Amino acid sequence: MTPLLKVEGVTKRYGARLGCGDVSFDLWPGEVMGIVGESGSGKSTLLSCLAGHLAPDAGRVIFDTRAEGPRDVLALSEPERRMLARTDWAFVHQNPRDGLRMGVSAGGNVGERLMAVGARHYGDIRETAIDWLGRVEIAADRVDDRPRAFSGGMQQRLQIARNLVTGPRLVFMDEPTGGLDVSVQARLLDLLRGLVRQMGLSAVIVTHDLAVVRLLADRLMVMKGGHVVESGLTDQVLDDPQHGYTQLLVSSVLQV
Amino acid sequence: MTDAAYNFAYLDEQTKRMIRRAILKGLAVPGYQVPFASREMPMPYGWGTGGVQVTAACLTPDDVLKVIDQGADDTTNAVSIRRFFERTGGVAVTTRTEEASVIQTRHRIPETPLTEGQILVYQVPIPEPLRFLEPRETETRKMHALEEYGLMHVKLYEDIAHNGAISTAYAYPVKVEGRYVMDPSPIPKFDNPRLESAAIQLFGAGREQRIYALPPHTKVVSLDFEDHPFDPSKADHDCDLCGSGSSYLDEVIMDDEGGRMFVCSDTDYCATRRARGFRGALSSEEDAA
Repeated sequence: MTPLLKVEGVTKRYGARLGCGDVSFDLWPGEVMGIVGESGSGKSTLLSCLAGHLAPDAGRVIFDTRAEGPRDVLALSEPERRMLARTDWAFVHQNPRDGLRMGVSAGGNVGERLMAVGARHYGDIRETAIDWLGRVEIAADRVDDRPRAFSGGMQQRLQIARNLVTGPRLVFMDEPTGGLDVSVQARLLDLLRGLVRQMGLSAVIVTHDLAVVRLLADRLMVMKGGHVVESGLTDQVLDDPQHGYTQLLVSSVLQV
Repeated sequence: MTDAAYNFAYLDEQTKRMIRRAILKGLAVPGYQVPFASREMPMPYGWGTGGVQVTAACLTPDDVLKVIDQGADDTTNAVSIRRFFERTGGVAVTTRTEEASVIQTRHRIPETPLTEGQILVYQVPIPEPLRFLEPRETETRKMHALEEYGLMHVKLYEDIAHNGAISTAYAYPVKVEGRYVMDPSPIPKFDNPRLESAAIQLFGAGREQRIYALPPHTKVVSLDFEDHPFDPSKADHDCDLCGSGSSYLDEVIMDDEGGRMFVCSDTDYCATRRARGFRGALSSEEDAA
């Protein structure tokens, strides 16, 4: 079996400062990788590099494409990369405003990716959109409402539906539960876990919330100062942290 | 200063050359928006500064110019632009569509089919069809370059979702030769089928500094959905002056008791028909005589 995503020595510098340094890992089909660390540890930089939003200074990101097998994403032409980004990849932003079109109805938001890959039948697009709203627990009668009329949790769920509608194989998530209150977070996580298992998605999830990775991630990487300081199975890392920083991170979670 | 102090058709030759280069590039890549260094013109933006510059670059002393505004030859915009070129270029002017060699238009295509050798110049307020969907020009240019036009259909989807039908009635987006999506300027969608024409069609946007073009007989397809096909609708009525049932109509409110009449928006077409003896439901007595 070939890994879905193979990351080799990805490095990104901002001038003299290091964004992320020499990060390597393999992501296997159906696997969820969590990346945790404090603010400024380079986890978002790493995610942007992987998703093609930032060009890393060194390293390779090899994705197992459907048609042509493993390809270096960074060496793809821009049309190819954008095509990949709207078919096989999905990117869930922390702030749903970054990932949604706020002036377009919920149905239009979900349908956009379908239309971008050539769907031209209104009835079919709408049916698919309503089906997906149902899967993310948004009532069908909200399909013509704009995202502005939605609560934060609903906006985030809508963003997830919009991303998953074309059946991607790899999802990048940047703090998908940030800014939501805990009960809404719990529902969203439940939903995400269901979708990931159901669709056999692979995902890279960046978060500072250890509860999120505990629930969703199979494997875990802990970052500090741009470097990966520890990685391993989620339960293993969280229950028996080896690196001093990981120990600090795990012990700083408030117990209620 | 006398009018003779200006170069033929107002613009200097260097500027005309620059504009002609943009026009030729536009004709070579139908539907592609060519940037050009738009000049200040002696009229406000929104009055057709783009169209005027394109017309000035196309005019020769032998040309016969016609200018229409919403189909009419006698509105302020049309009259002043026509007079502008009469004074600065000394060109012959006409209101007859078939006699004109260059026609500058705002928001209409003449009813009379255009022929080879004629040039139709459009005044364009916003050349970018994706403008209100994606505000970043850097991004829309990339979308044109990579032919990513899914977003255009999102707009039509929204129309149907909110109004039950594609409610875009003017500036209806079209795809040119299966490649570029183009804003045909705010012509009614009734005119869209006539974008496939024997004439050269040039589009000038002065404020936005863009020129684009359709060479003769270019394939122009109005975007739609399979289950909501494009419908070039018009008012369901005949012209009340000339009785035409196939021309695009303006609705005119007659009084405050609901009285109204429908008249051809193309004044030349209507007048020509009336001169040939056609009459509508509200033609006056002396007209009929």
